[in-house]
Amino acid sequence: MKAELEIAKVENDDKEIRTVQNTEILTEGETLIDVEHMNLWYGENHAIKDVSIAIPQNRITALIGPSGCGKSTFLKSLNRMNDLVEGVKIEGKLTLAGIDIYKDIDVSVLRRRVGMVFQKPNPFPMSIYDNVAYGLRVQGVRSRVQLDEAVERSLRQAAIWDECKDRLKKSALGLSGGQQQRLCIARTIAVEPEVVLMDEPTSALDPISTSKIEELALELRKHYTIVIVTHNMQQAARIADKTAFFLLGELIEYGDTNMMFTSPSDDRTEAYITGRFG
Amino acid sequence: MDKVKKTGHVLDTAMNAIFTICGFLAVALVIVITVYLVVSGIPAIKEIGLFNFLFGTVWKSTGDNPSYGILPFILTSIIGTFGAMLIGFPLGLLCAVCIAKMSGKRFSGIMRSIVDLMSGIPSVVFGLVGMIYVVPAVREMFNLPDGANLFSAIVVLIIMILPSVISMSETAIRAVPKEYEEASLALGANKTETIFNVTIPAAKSGILASLVLGTGRAIGEATAVMMVAGNVANMPGLFKSVRFLTTAIVSEMAYSSGLQRQALFSIALVLFVFIMIVNLILNLVVKRKKDK
Repeated sequence: MKAELEIAKVENDDKEIRTVQNTEILTEGETLIDVEHMNLWYGENHAIKDVSIAIPQNRITALIGPSGCGKSTFLKSLNRMNDLVEGVKIEGKLTLAGIDIYKDIDVSVLRRRVGMVFQKPNPFPMSIYDNVAYGLRVQGVRSRVQLDEAVERSLRQAAIWDECKDRLKKSALGLSGGQQQRLCIARTIAVEPEVVLMDEPTSALDPISTSKIEELALELRKHYTIVIVTHNMQQAARIADKTAFFLLGELIEYGDTNMMFTSPSDDRTEAYITGRFG
Repeated sequence: MDKVKKTGHVLDTAMNAIFTICGFLAVALVIVITVYLVVSGIPAIKEIGLFNFLFGTVWKSTGDNPSYGILPFILTSIIGTFGAMLIGFPLGLLCAVCIAKMSGKRFSGIMRSIVDLMSGIPSVVFGLVGMIYVVPAVREMFNLPDGANLFSAIVVLIIMILPSVISMSETAIRAVPKEYEEASLALGANKTETIFNVTIPAAKSGILASLVLGTGRAIGEATAVMMVAGNVANMPGLFKSVRFLTTAIVSEMAYSSGLQRQALFSIALVLFVFIMIVNLILNLVVKRKKDK
């Protein structure tokens, strides 16, 4: 009842959306990230062309397409990591639970809400514990109990607790590639984001580590909204609820993964997923 | 075909020999200098006594009843170097951060060339500038009869170690993989937090090496320091005229003889040991970096 009221309130008053920060009241599957008519330029290069996409909450959305199609660029726009690139220009409206990502929110706050896992596992050259606690410490959390609790919870959620609970004080660089990537996921979810962006998280890993990350993604979907860029179409088919196909900066097709892989509506999508190019 | 191979082989052997000779020559020179220093430094220490030499507080090499205590020089060198590093190192480190991370491409390019230029300036020029500007300024500022003192020397040393500290720290900071910084930013840290929590710790060994290098430079500096420190064999005080280990040698070598001359060699030996210790630390730091 209360939730309904709040939804009504949000619908009534556009301003209210920003103050309520209302992700709890969206039910599963509702749009969390909404992108309308987004264009992006790297200098003269028009890298993303008029992309509109609605990413649902607590689902895995896969972005596929050949190299240079703009999928990674699109992903990095969602937590403004593209801001680091010189000469980048973005137009259009990108919102997270109704909040304009580029106008209404501090970039640090945005990145706490929209975490990111990178292509190459990149743990900091410090201990496993310090890696996971990093995001919270930056936010000013000093309480030992709170940090201990968050580190354990995150490592458990990332399915790496058992492998590293006895070596929390050891350097994270001593872990294997697959373990490092799961540690990076733990580090990302330690700050309890709403969205986890994954930029080809398994492309540097062996098949066993890859399947562990995929299982993990399916598990994390209960708590987080996941957007994953992948070169591996089987991966998209295995784990994604929704799939978006990008080509030369355009969004060619976007829909339920099953539909996309069984009966794509666009010839180019069919050509790509059947391996005729890319 | 065979012939070609053979000439190649001969050339290789010849070049190998040349490289080996060059290598041996360089090493031999270092060994000869070390041996010479030790051999010529020991007699005076023996005659004066190690304790009296190292911990004697009076240096009166030319009097009727000469006294050769070098504690004033040792303390001056330690305090001068430490003081210069205390201010110069953080200054240089922050400057390196500015060049490597904070400023725009053009500005950092200009800064980098200025730093490179600075490290090429001969030390006598620093001494001259110190004599003309620093010494009078210190005299005015603290209302002293003479501005040539330990404080002025420290100021000049700070300026002189900056280029080494800056360029080495900057290289180390720029070598930090950008993935670390991206990960930090993606976790909601801002640029400053990222630099102090991730970048500088990751560049730690290179930055430590710059600390040691700067120390080595400061402790070994003679010319510039001699021009601004007043050059009197006092026990050190911030506003007293002082002599460093280096300047003690330079200022008396030309007219020294007998035990005095031998004592100067002993000072050189002490300085040599100091610098060896600094370099040893540098090697340990760099080695630890490689092990990582």
